[in-house]
Amino acid sequence: MFRDQWGRVLASLVGFLGDFDRAEEAAQEAFAIAAERWPVSGVPDAPGAWLVTTARNGAIDRIRRERTLAQKIHLLPVPEAIMDDFDDTLIKDERLELIFTCCHPALPLEGQVALTLRALGGLQTAEIARAFVVSEETMKRRLTRAKAKIKATGIPFAVPGAHLLPERLDAVLAVIYLIYNEGYSGRVDLGAEAIRLGQVLAGLMPREPEAHGLLALMMIHHARRRARFSGDDLVLLDDQDRSLWDLRQIAAGRAVLDQAMVLGGRGPYVVQAAIASLQARERIDWPQVAELYRRLADLTGSAVVELNRAVAVAQAGDPAAALRAVDGLDLDGYLYFHSTRGELLRRLGRDAEARTAYRRALELAASTPERRFLTRRLEQL
Amino acid sequence: MQYALLIYAEPGYLETSSDEEREAAYAEYFAMADDDRYVSAAQLQPAEMATCVRLSGGRTLMTDGPFADTKEVLGGFCLIEAADLDEALELAARVPALRFGGTVEVRPVVRL
Repeated sequence: MFRDQWGRVLASLVGFLGDFDRAEEAAQEAFAIAAERWPVSGVPDAPGAWLVTTARNGAIDRIRRERTLAQKIHLLPVPEAIMDDFDDTLIKDERLELIFTCCHPALPLEGQVALTLRALGGLQTAEIARAFVVSEETMKRRLTRAKAKIKATGIPFAVPGAHLLPERLDAVLAVIYLIYNEGYSGRVDLGAEAIRLGQVLAGLMPREPEAHGLLALMMIHHARRRARFSGDDLVLLDDQDRSLWDLRQIAAGRAVLDQAMVLGGRGPYVVQAAIASLQARERIDWPQVAELYRRLADLTGSAVVELNRAVAVAQAGDPAAALRAVDGLDLDGYLYFHSTRGELLRRLGRDAEARTAYRRALELAASTPERRFLTRRLEQL
Repeated sequence: MQYALLIYAEPGYLETSSDEEREAAYAEYFAMADDDRYVSAAQLQPAEMATCVRLSGGRTLMTDGPFADTKEVLGGFCLIEAADLDEALELAARVPALRFGGTVEVRPVVRL
């Protein structure tokens, strides 16, 4: 309940006060009062409006007390707080402005990520620190620095104009997807957090196909997370226990993907979601997957995508063509390049070469599950 | 608020480009100066003309050359007035030196 309200309340306060720190302080105070009162007096009919009004009043009181400080923030004269009308529809939803501020490319990427989780996701600094395996002190500094830069450099609290929007939206999508992928490596459930953020964004930008595309992609992947690991071991798509898939979430993800398609979406997130959707079928149409990877490669120019396309070509029944495609790629420092070559060579019966490729992959493997997986593959040859 | 656009580029980038390119770049610099948002601007003489001044034990030390020995040097700057960082970044993106591989550092000016 509190988590759901946090982003909207904070966004409204940043818009009202023009100052991130002050807004956060006021929001925290209002949430603390609510935590104390609501269990006794009951939840108000319009909890969002109640929180915003209470926080505004608190902030205004403080500003009145610190009149000299007030002259330094753009807030003169002090606005009057309205306490009588509690109606959530009267509180303008300014979360989109907040998202674009938090994901501004002038901020370091790690700052964008931390601030988005704190401001929109309502996560505590300690939780974000745990998720990224850094000390709370480090995370606090990261957040403070990002907020200081917003204030000092005049990063706007606004949705960018049409000429800037595509580029800035890409930055926002990249931050959310980064949060999702951190979650995928299995520490804290940042995956669910990223999906929540994706839902907020898609809700705020209902006409943007890539916002829906990203959300669909994350939902369909997330639905399979329990099947990806057996204990600590990685399980490949082929060997996954499909009874562990969350079929309802896959269906929900596909509905979001349909929405993106209706909007004419053909961007990279939409294509990736379409691939994820195909891979979540009972029988996978590998030629179709390969075709979508080709489109994705055209869009991104990425060698890693080409590698994935090659895997799909092999799955579609042509490991020789796949190996030819893989051998043309310049990915020598990439673990999955060598593990994929190993697998293709094994299928083509070239065991000695397969062993060499798997050994090279093993040299590059950083995590224990990956190392175990590759060692098992080597032993089976 | 005010921002400084600090223009870093390889020395002599304009001399080595074609006449048309150079003339186009100059025209753009002049057009920028006509924009009301530009408070002031200056092109600097080459870095070899620089002298650095330091204090050491109460004595003034002078050395020949720029402060940092890098490939790209500070070649000029503009002071602009912009509503927010986005507007400042847009103005920065128009600096012709960028097309010649230069970099523009955007720094808000301290308000007194």
